[in-house]
Amino acid sequence: MAEAAREKKLPVDDKIHTWPHLVRMEFLVTLFVLVALTLWALTVDAPLEDPANPTRTPNPSKAPWYFLGLQEMLVYFDPWNAGVVLPSLIIVGLMVIPYIDINPKGNGYYCFKDRKWEILTFFLGFHILWITMIMIGTFFRGPGWNLFWPWQKWDPHKVVALTNVDLPYLVGFRDYWWSAAFSLVMIGIYFVVTIVLFYLFVLKVKGKAFLERWGMVRFSITAVLITLMLSLPTKMALRLLFNVKYILVTPWINV
Amino acid sequence: MSLLDQIKKDIVESHVWKSIFRHGYEDTPRNRVMMVTSNVFLHLHPAKVRRHAVRMRFTWCMGGLTFLMFLVTVVTGIYLMFYYRPVAEYAYADMKYLDNDMPFGMLMRNMHRWAAHAMIVFVWLHMFRVFLTGSYKPPREFNWVVGVLLLVLTLLLSFTGYLLPWDQLAIWAVTVGSNMARATPLLGYEGPFADFVGANPIYDARAFLFGGGEIGPHTLLRFYILHCIFIPFVASVLMAVHFWRIRRDGFSGPSL
Repeated sequence: MAEAAREKKLPVDDKIHTWPHLVRMEFLVTLFVLVALTLWALTVDAPLEDPANPTRTPNPSKAPWYFLGLQEMLVYFDPWNAGVVLPSLIIVGLMVIPYIDINPKGNGYYCFKDRKWEILTFFLGFHILWITMIMIGTFFRGPGWNLFWPWQKWDPHKVVALTNVDLPYLVGFRDYWWSAAFSLVMIGIYFVVTIVLFYLFVLKVKGKAFLERWGMVRFSITAVLITLMLSLPTKMALRLLFNVKYILVTPWINV
Repeated sequence: MSLLDQIKKDIVESHVWKSIFRHGYEDTPRNRVMMVTSNVFLHLHPAKVRRHAVRMRFTWCMGGLTFLMFLVTVVTGIYLMFYYRPVAEYAYADMKYLDNDMPFGMLMRNMHRWAAHAMIVFVWLHMFRVFLTGSYKPPREFNWVVGVLLLVLTLLLSFTGYLLPWDQLAIWAVTVGSNMARATPLLGYEGPFADFVGANPIYDARAFLFGGGEIGPHTLLRFYILHCIFIPFVASVLMAVHFWRIRRDGFSGPSL
């Protein structure tokens, strides 16, 4: 209490010497972590399976665990999207965070109240999407990339009927050009609706003055990134609820 | 003065001693600063830091621990390099030799692998913490960008190392992970619009990564060099930038 009062009186000098305060902390944490790591390494052996054999493909073939979120996305998107475009967008999206977040509050301290939507967005992207997809890929996928409970025995002969159809077919289109036109319109509607909703949402929670300060460029980048991020749960919902395989089918790309 | 004190005085005041240690060890404010500024390793830190930045509940220690895990993998990795040949005929046998016949071979390999996994978890938690404290806000925006690059390099370091044991787990995990590259739009032979560019199985993004159309001995050598030289080199340069900028800007904290 007395110290708090003293700190309040002398706000300019809240610095302490790196030696010993910070160095001592680093030393102790280093010791603790190295001991823990050594114990871990003594008790659990790193895996080493049979020699590499390019002619014998294991089922399932799983990527390293930190990429299983991307492999799990392959269920919902084609490889060019799930494996290349979306990961690149994740990296770009992370990089632009400091430039699109112009909220001056919460710089250098924990606070939820003033940065509620920023933190919730990060939570959605990192914890809900990225970590959950890794969990599903790691613990719930077996042979044929079929779903299994972690305690369930993997049955390599499990057959899951592939009843998925493309969205235009589901709605009733049979002609290629009408299907493609319908698909493009649907994708256009998805983008427009999401971006407009995002605009109204920002207007409601942050106000008009903020939007003007934020600017067109920052808003557009954020809106497009959020729309693309939400395309994963959207596609997942379409697949799981309506067995939709693709939304757009062309000879070059499928979405 | 006792004999012991005399000997100590002779040593501490000798030409050699003073050439190595430039200041005493008494707990004075000057020595506390000198401790940091006259030591190349501790000089990563500023001489003084703000009180809150030292607390574990603020930093979670995650950035420092990520760096510690990097150092552990460097040290254990050098040990492993003495006994490992990145040649398809030898690589797996060398792993067996490391595990069963090398003194501390298994322990070094275990520590290398688990430290690599821990490094990934720590770097994610570090990013999460930096986000929660808003530490990427001005003037530290660019350091966040450098941090994202380091995050990607951490994943690539781990991924290239995954192939080196040359066992079933290694080649198939890397096959699955790398198959993405052949689907790259324009640049991968199975990707959209590959025909316009003329990408084919032995001349596309994945072939560039593998050093050939299929995963094979050439891939092993390629990943070995990426894993042991190229990515650690790039990561070290970026780490220097990352740490330097924290050193210059100071730890983030509420304004006074």
